[in-house]
Amino acid sequence: MKKVLFQSRLVPYLLLFPQLSIVIVFFLWPAAEAVRASFYLEDPFGFGSTFVGFDNFVDTVTSTDYGRVARFTAVFTSLVTFLSLGLALLLAVKADKVLRGSSTYKTLLMWVYAVAPPVAGLIGVLLFDQHVGPIVDFVAIFGWNLNIGVDYYDTAFAMTVTAVWKQVPVNFIFFLSGLQGISKSVQEAASIDCRSGFRRFWTVTFPLLAPTGFFLLIINITYAFFDTFGIVDILVKNEPGNNPVTLVYKVYLDGFRGNDLGGSSAQSVILMALVFILTVIQFRLIERRVHYN
Amino acid sequence: MASVKTVAGLVAAAAMLGTSTLSYAATDISWWHAMGGRLGEVVVDISNGFNASQQACSITPVFKGTYEETLTAGIAAFRAGEQPNILQVFDAGAATIIGAPGAVVPAQDILEGAGVAFNKDDYIEGVRNFYADSAGKMIGMPFNSSTPILYYNVDALKKAGVEAPKTWEEFEAIAPKLKEAGYVPLAQSHLPWIFTENFMSRHNQQFATNNNGYDGAEGTKLVFGEPIKNHFKAVKGWLDQGYFGFYGTGWDDNQTPFNKGEVAMWLGSSGSFGGISKTVEFPFSATYLPYWGSVEGAGTGTFIGGAALFSMAGKPDGENKCVASFFEYLTSPEVQYMWHKETGYVPITNAAYELAKKDGYYETAPAAEIGIKQLTLPGGEWTKGYRMGFYVQIRDVMNREYGKILSGETSVDEGFATIEADGNKLLERFAKTTAN
Repeated sequence: MKKVLFQSRLVPYLLLFPQLSIVIVFFLWPAAEAVRASFYLEDPFGFGSTFVGFDNFVDTVTSTDYGRVARFTAVFTSLVTFLSLGLALLLAVKADKVLRGSSTYKTLLMWVYAVAPPVAGLIGVLLFDQHVGPIVDFVAIFGWNLNIGVDYYDTAFAMTVTAVWKQVPVNFIFFLSGLQGISKSVQEAASIDCRSGFRRFWTVTFPLLAPTGFFLLIINITYAFFDTFGIVDILVKNEPGNNPVTLVYKVYLDGFRGNDLGGSSAQSVILMALVFILTVIQFRLIERRVHYN
Repeated sequence: MASVKTVAGLVAAAAMLGTSTLSYAATDISWWHAMGGRLGEVVVDISNGFNASQQACSITPVFKGTYEETLTAGIAAFRAGEQPNILQVFDAGAATIIGAPGAVVPAQDILEGAGVAFNKDDYIEGVRNFYADSAGKMIGMPFNSSTPILYYNVDALKKAGVEAPKTWEEFEAIAPKLKEAGYVPLAQSHLPWIFTENFMSRHNQQFATNNNGYDGAEGTKLVFGEPIKNHFKAVKGWLDQGYFGFYGTGWDDNQTPFNKGEVAMWLGSSGSFGGISKTVEFPFSATYLPYWGSVEGAGTGTFIGGAALFSMAGKPDGENKCVASFFEYLTSPEVQYMWHKETGYVPITNAAYELAKKDGYYETAPAAEIGIKQLTLPGGEWTKGYRMGFYVQIRDVMNREYGKILSGETSVDEGFATIEADGNKLLERFAKTTAN
């Protein structure tokens, strides 16, 4: 193949410029500002600030509530990721085998994808409402007094269900297209070699789906970590009280609701570090086991 | 819905503005507020009334969301030099805005600077000091002012054959009868405001060092005596015996069962009056917030909750004059009386209260007078209010720990120890933000 070279050395930089400037203005600059602010205690109106060194970090980590919020975030993220991936995979495998009416079935599973997280939260609030929620009435039949907003674990349950429900369709779409990308000849060869559908799935289909699965794993962890904000916000109705919240929601509570700029910046710096570590782990450890061809 | 109405109001205001600018170049001033729904409509009515009353100034109200969102929007705008002329800030945010030197021009200075006669004694007792500095100078202009009172379902009390309680001891005596009659005897909508801040005021108890925080942020610490701890022990007992209903931290979650007639008595805001009278289908009335007769010196008045209007700094004199004339219009007895009648918030001046009395309003709606009467009850050393920074977070801590206490996750003493520890840490941090 013929090598194409730019005439001037500046042209590549010029072409990169729009992308780089977006990264700088919308990511690097705010991130640097957050790191700076995390070392100060600042009057919200910007009149004065005191340099406090690592105090904001120490106060954050040692506060009575931070550990509980971090634990909840970890459990919530794992549950949402695991359940939404698992359910979507199951549904996709089943949908792949449906012969008649498959498009209706698929559309029914996919439409939720179009619902925005705050709207999903709102639907969740209506379904789980203490006074009028149908789910509350339903589980009451079995003697479960579901009490959103009062009982910590009940609220956590409602959050998880709503977040999973919102995410399953995305995963479903990707898994289904992944399944349809597996060539018929491989599948036919596999069914000659092995009669057990269950075993065929784990030894042939699942490894071939791994690239899709890995991509979705990253997307889902990010979703459970950050994008569930709208669901959490609507479910706790802007009053955290004794309800579970995620780390990202706590950054918002302290920074935007409570105007504690230093403390909230420290929390977001901790989050940045966490996400960085998570990304390294994902690409170093998990991606090695994924085969792309 | 609220925003649709606000937009409609804005269009109306803009239309009016259009007609007045034909002949005069009116000075425009902006007002960011947090009054949604019906309250937002009344805010638009007041603004239109002001614009129609004179030609020199034109005010535009803008709805900015919840109290917290409005304050945050105001702060962000101030930092960008785009602040509105008037910002509505709620009680828990008062320390943040008053503590920032140079963010606001005191309401008293604005009025006096524009040559408007100002006398602090014109304002009713419980309102006068809440948004003032430690020297008593009025910084914020009290706007929507309310105080916690007890609403009761008249039918429910009749059915149980009991009278509304004046003290918590009386409540304990009637609660079993109400429960027998098929009601949850009591609910409330805001534990930090009703059972903490105003509990302190109603029982004349110290809430924080440094004169409840008014004397400065540095070294301010929360003070919780035995009376409030005993109160929460009693509340937890009521909850366990079915005398008290707790439906979480949300305001409406706790008001709904009262509106539906499941709860017999509900502690809410005097500003809830307008909403309740439009919603409920049973006869209701109201009385003072009960207190413990066993606590010595109890029975003092409460202070206001709600929000005040702050005149933001950095605006030209001409606009500040318009803010002054708007404040003058807003505090006139007629406007205050209209606001009081439409919303249930208390009138903030004595003259407006007199006008409402003279008009015979309280003969037709005696419950509407409870809030203002409670605010004018004799005060004590600790009844003028509190001033604490990062107070939004402190309230969050209270809500969290109270939630734990009521669900049995922690004991009353441990809960209060955590509130004190976390709260004092926040106060200490806040003190560092203002120290230059």
